[in-house]
Amino acid sequence: MHPAYSVIFFTTASGAGYGLVALMALFGVLNGVNLDPWLGAIGFGLGTLLITGGLLSSTAHLGHPERAWRAYSQWKSSWLSREGVLATATYVPLALTAWGWIVEGSLSGIFGLFAVVLAMFCLLTVYATGMIYATLRTISAWHNRRTVPVYLSFALLTGAAWLHALAQIFGYQTPIQAAVVGVGLMLVWLLKRSYWRIIDTTPGIPTPESATGLGDIGKVRLLDNPTMTETFVQREMGYSVARKHAQKLRRIAFVAYFVIPFALLFTSESSPGIAIPGTLAAAILVTVGAVIERWLFFAEAKHVSMLYYGAKSA
Amino acid sequence: MTLLPPHKTDGHEVKLGLVIDLDTCVGCHACAVNCKEWNTGGHSAPLPDNDPYGSDPNGVWFNRIHTFEAGIGTDSRTVHFPRSCLHCEEAACVTVCPTGASYKREEDGIVLVNEDACIGCKLCSWACPYGAREYDEDAGVMKKCTLCIDRIYNETMPEADRVPACVSTCPASARHFGDLGDPESDVSQLVAERGGKELMPELGYKPVNRYLPPRAPRKDQGAHGVGASLPWVSSGEGTNLAGAGRFLRWVDRVLSR
Repeated sequence: MHPAYSVIFFTTASGAGYGLVALMALFGVLNGVNLDPWLGAIGFGLGTLLITGGLLSSTAHLGHPERAWRAYSQWKSSWLSREGVLATATYVPLALTAWGWIVEGSLSGIFGLFAVVLAMFCLLTVYATGMIYATLRTISAWHNRRTVPVYLSFALLTGAAWLHALAQIFGYQTPIQAAVVGVGLMLVWLLKRSYWRIIDTTPGIPTPESATGLGDIGKVRLLDNPTMTETFVQREMGYSVARKHAQKLRRIAFVAYFVIPFALLFTSESSPGIAIPGTLAAAILVTVGAVIERWLFFAEAKHVSMLYYGAKSA
Repeated sequence: MTLLPPHKTDGHEVKLGLVIDLDTCVGCHACAVNCKEWNTGGHSAPLPDNDPYGSDPNGVWFNRIHTFEAGIGTDSRTVHFPRSCLHCEEAACVTVCPTGASYKREEDGIVLVNEDACIGCKLCSWACPYGAREYDEDAGVMKKCTLCIDRIYNETMPEADRVPACVSTCPASARHFGDLGDPESDVSQLVAERGGKELMPELGYKPVNRYLPPRAPRKDQGAHGVGASLPWVSSGEGTNLAGAGRFLRWVDRVLSR
């Protein structure tokens, strides 16, 4: 699948943003972090920037961005529509929770409720993003049990890493925050490993024989393409630039989102002197790792329509 | 609405569609050309052509004619394979649409795009297993086969011409149009008689169009050449740098070291 930069930026940036504000809300409610107004302003500010920047960039790949409002209408059937509705609705508890933290200095009572609702909406929005991909039966690499958990775990990891770095800068870091980053790292490592194992060992069900209905004669192979140059379908679904380097890029992504951040997290816990640059570097690295992972998520995915263009499996 | 229309419980559901005879198709591309000709002035007009006389001509077409080989040796067949929208009963291209632009008509099952409501997100083209939808870069909207909705109900045309352009033009009569929801219709009878195939039934989209497989060759007459195994043509695998910009080409070079 063609990896549109706007969609990669959207899913990684807004994922990090939703993860960050959801964790701030939960930590705030559970007294896991000091409700310093400056930490609140910068944390919710960064989160809102990541979410909004992501959402705006996602409209960049549309043919008619000015009609994007129409996407709120089909929530009954379309996960893309549901994502739009949830993403927009999240701004309400986001604003109320930020108000509670920054202005009221408290996330108890009604503001505690807003914070819990915010965390829930963040979770649902990222879930809806994952479901857009996971429900496409045409792309077997996406239509599996790992796609949605991978999206959720990357939101958790990148959000937790940024929260930990910000708390560190303000001097409100706690071992629990580091532990949540650690849980995020383990989840991402395990889920992504499992995801790659699934897509490497489970080809899609359709074959050139079932795609053409010619299987009764024998093996089917393409003799001639319809056109001499590439069509829209080939450019959009037949993208294969990354496949040659998939293994190398997987290792680069793994080092970026797991190996170095894990080492940095460990060092930051044991030597407070380098904790601020350490946790900040970890947050940046998991975000870069998430971008590479997301690029691979698209570029490695094969679309079943390529069976008509000579692919032996999809 | 992008919800699929409810199935009828009484009487028969009209499912207009095509039956394509792979035995008689000669691969002349006339259906694709006449489709383009009609539809560039029809419901989805215009169908753009970019760089038509340059090195990378491309544009929106609703029919694409592939050629496949099936089997090995003297039993192998070369089969021309026209591919267009199959107007699925369970059309995922419709249900994924976030705006309601993509819809399936209740009265005849035709899947259409309302271009005024399309935001050009292309998700419907990802959801289509048959590669039937093509994006119009100029208009910023998705386009697709309309089953020539502007011909089949067109009372200003002679009745014999009220069939899709691809059907009317086929010199080998390899394309048939009719109601596949009516078991008594000519097309349904043809499908029953010739064992018409559904494409990729395992995915469950329930396409309406059917493909009639080539008849078995008659070995008692005609010439039978030595079966030659032709080399694989354009595997679709491996690396294709066509869509890559300068940055990606550089990444490719660095990683290839």
